[in-house]
Amino acid sequence: METIYSIKPLIAVLVSICVVPLLVLSKKNNIREGWTFAAAIVKLLLVLSMLPVILKGNQIVYTLAEVVPGVAIRFRVDALGMLFACVAASLWIVTSAYSIGYMRGLDEHSQTRYFVFFALALSATIGVAFSANLLTLYLFYEMLSLATYPLVTHHQDPEARASGRKYLTYILGTSIGLVLPAMLACYYLTGTLEFANQGFLAGACNKGLATVLLIFFIFGFAKAGIMPFHGWLPAAMVAPTPVSALLHAVAVVKVGVFSIVRILTGVFGTEMLGQFDLGVVVCAIASITIIVASLIALSQDNLKRMLAFSTIGQLSYIILGVGLLSPKGITGGMLHIAMHAFGKITLFFCAGAIFVATGKRNISEMVGIGRRMPWTMGAFFVGSLSIIGLPPTGGFLSKWYLVLGTLEANQITFLFVLLGSSLLNAAYFMPVVYRAFFPPPGTAMFENKVQEAPVFCAAPPVITAFISVILFFYPEPFFRLASMAVRFIGGQ
Amino acid sequence: MMEHYPALIVILPLLFAFVVSGAAWIKEELCFPLSVVGMGLSALFSILLLGQVAATGLVEYRLGGWDTPWGIGYRVDYLNGLVLAVVTGLAFINLIATRKNVAEETPEKSGAFYCLYLLFIVGLTGILITGDLFNLYVLLEVASLTSYALIGMGSGRAALSSLNYLFVGTVGGCFYLLGVGYLYIMTGSLNMADVATLLPKLYNSSAILMAFIFCMAGASIKMAFFPLHMWLPNAYGLAPTAAGSLIAPLMTKVMVYVLIRLMLTVFSVDFAFVVLKMAEPMVWMSSLAIVAGAVFALAQKNLKRMFCYIIVSEIGYMVGGAWLGNNAGMTGAILHIFNDAIMTLCLFLCAGSIYYRTHGLELNQLKGLFVKMPVTMACFVAGALSIIGVPPTCGFFSKWYLISGGLQAGQYVFVGALLFSSLVNAVLFFRVIEISYYGDFEAHHGHGSSGEAVMESPASMLVPLLIVSIGLIVAGLYTGSIVNHLITPILVQHGF
Repeated sequence: METIYSIKPLIAVLVSICVVPLLVLSKKNNIREGWTFAAAIVKLLLVLSMLPVILKGNQIVYTLAEVVPGVAIRFRVDALGMLFACVAASLWIVTSAYSIGYMRGLDEHSQTRYFVFFALALSATIGVAFSANLLTLYLFYEMLSLATYPLVTHHQDPEARASGRKYLTYILGTSIGLVLPAMLACYYLTGTLEFANQGFLAGACNKGLATVLLIFFIFGFAKAGIMPFHGWLPAAMVAPTPVSALLHAVAVVKVGVFSIVRILTGVFGTEMLGQFDLGVVVCAIASITIIVASLIALSQDNLKRMLAFSTIGQLSYIILGVGLLSPKGITGGMLHIAMHAFGKITLFFCAGAIFVATGKRNISEMVGIGRRMPWTMGAFFVGSLSIIGLPPTGGFLSKWYLVLGTLEANQITFLFVLLGSSLLNAAYFMPVVYRAFFPPPGTAMFENKVQEAPVFCAAPPVITAFISVILFFYPEPFFRLASMAVRFIGGQ
Repeated sequence: MMEHYPALIVILPLLFAFVVSGAAWIKEELCFPLSVVGMGLSALFSILLLGQVAATGLVEYRLGGWDTPWGIGYRVDYLNGLVLAVVTGLAFINLIATRKNVAEETPEKSGAFYCLYLLFIVGLTGILITGDLFNLYVLLEVASLTSYALIGMGSGRAALSSLNYLFVGTVGGCFYLLGVGYLYIMTGSLNMADVATLLPKLYNSSAILMAFIFCMAGASIKMAFFPLHMWLPNAYGLAPTAAGSLIAPLMTKVMVYVLIRLMLTVFSVDFAFVVLKMAEPMVWMSSLAIVAGAVFALAQKNLKRMFCYIIVSEIGYMVGGAWLGNNAGMTGAILHIFNDAIMTLCLFLCAGSIYYRTHGLELNQLKGLFVKMPVTMACFVAGALSIIGVPPTCGFFSKWYLISGGLQAGQYVFVGALLFSSLVNAVLFFRVIEISYYGDFEAHHGHGSSGEAVMESPASMLVPLLIVSIGLIVAGLYTGSIVNHLITPILVQHGF
């Protein structure tokens, strides 16, 4: 394994910050959207240009400034970070197209502000993916919290204000109140914050302290939506749908999960977690969230709220997978970052397309909508298959590895958690799809005439659904990146 | 020329203060440019001097050529070199940024205002640069008297609050003078370095203990250390905009410098931490100050008064950090002098810019301000993030050192207080941000364009404000260099 020093990670992060003045100064909407696309494409190309290097087993490092003795603002691109960056950067392009269709379709106000903060949020996401240490990760984590606030509260009405308040209270409150002291405690114990293959904390603390720190970190990164700190996610669904789609199915929540994965692997290390039996604690916390969130999702009528609770459950799959501490489980967890992203963004896109085309938000008002919007609902079907974990979609692969992981770790309880949750997922998704296409006679609410949302709105879900299917047959590069990340953890 | 920098830093503002007050008789428009020249030269020489200090470690200057124990010596090391550059630099930026405020709020009196402004700087730079305990008292009074006058120029109850400040401040000055008197009786010297060499033999003397306590009490009153802060919110909150944004960020920080100077150089670390058993209670008091300042700030309905209570809380950060008695804590305290000056200035300049347009700083008057004044509010957010302690702004890093220091010293109450104040600050600032982000709900339906017109402050206010808020991030990224090159050497010299 070689370490290559290159400024590319920094540029990849900064691209979307640098485009902000251009967005603000653009006189015409089309030019502004052109800049968004340009930045998104440059960002993706930069990320992809680093991919071959990473696939060869190398790492790319760039140090910006040493701010505290032993801790620098530093980027390190490794397999896990690359996996996440690929997902986020590629989905930004799709979401940008979708944003244009959605925001113009609804004639939203303050569109410039919207695109500016979207770009900033993407910078922060890539920053988290490429962070080499806990301080850098924390920096970009906070940046993301703040950049998404104007997006969540976009409508600027009393409901948005209430949700925005809830959002910041949960996210900032936990990161300042829990993560910051835990991070400082780690620094005090070891004098470093640099992620290591088997954790930098190994050997520096006893079981009691490790448990406390672990709890602080897991609940502190509230973006991961671990119960009881999940309340912000359904509330944040007041945001425009593209925001919910990219940020609350991909970027924001995945940043939370990614941070926890980094904590488990890079700070504590799987060996230490196994030695102190903390993996089971992680899995138990995640399992409760999985089951409870799925049960709540069953009773939701607002489609976006249902998706939010589904997301909360699915995020904990990732944490459960890593908490199993077995190679297959970790592979499955990491893979699920990508697979869930493509599946869930499809579902959010569909929800938004339905809203743009018909103005409907509730599932009870969508009976027979498949006749009117066959493409959208077709994509919805594929997306839900992926979330449930059925072939031929990418979600099946990650769930397969998660299940293998539970067997490998000899944790049969969690096997039942996973299977039970899959059944629950099917129970809340399939009725929606079924009643959309096959309404009971006389209950169809839509005319039998195809009328889709504008093409910018309708095409993205079809594209992401298509990718979800492709990922089943050809899960590269995500699969290789995930298995490489696992091998690094194993010290190879 | 180069060897006279220390003297020029103090004397130039003094000289220009007289020139300005003379020029006011001839033509009032001359006052501002002349003050800019005087202040600018002082700032320039301070920064050049900091360069010299960074290279050599210590610059000494004898006023009138008298040798030090008898004459007045100026002594600039890393510690005051850094604070000096920040104080003069920020005073210069503030002078330029608040020109329109001065013209509006103190019409016909701008000559007097600028004269006092420069004299205040004479006081502050003198306090920072001098190596003589009594000289420090004299310049402390210069700074205090001019600040009473500057605050008194405000409207409404400003004169009354200035009087209140005068009473309390005078008591503080007297305490300090008493302390210096005891020291002079016991050692026969007023030179800091000289006193420091004479003191170790007298550590067990109760007169020295009293001297220390009086000096500390005096400094605590002047820096508004809780519960001696009562004078501050009214005085700083009601002062004219330009005076408030000059005095609030700088005066309290300079007094914290005096505290640290006394602890490090005059009484020495041994005396402060080993002979005296004061560290523990002082850290507790500081924790109380932090919490109390934060809670009082929550109760405020006026933006500037909220900032004032935040200052009370921040003073607790620095005093507590200094009394932790370890390297990280002291580093945090010194770094926070530097950082807090910048971020407080940023916030007060934002308040000045808002006040210039809206003439009201009550929180409910700030509605829809993000649309009306986007640049000012962006800078406000930068300042707010720094106070909350979000990286990469500089406020995060001083908090980092302070909390590490607290953990090292096992002072978990102090750590808890710091985290509590971060959370409260987040509430405080996001409350303001929320109010100014949302307009009137009745007039606004979330779709189509909102009708509010942009009414941003003039560029003469915005450019300095932008410089300060970018400075917050730059200072954050250069934390490593500042600590390694300026703060660690001075701490090593003094036995940390």
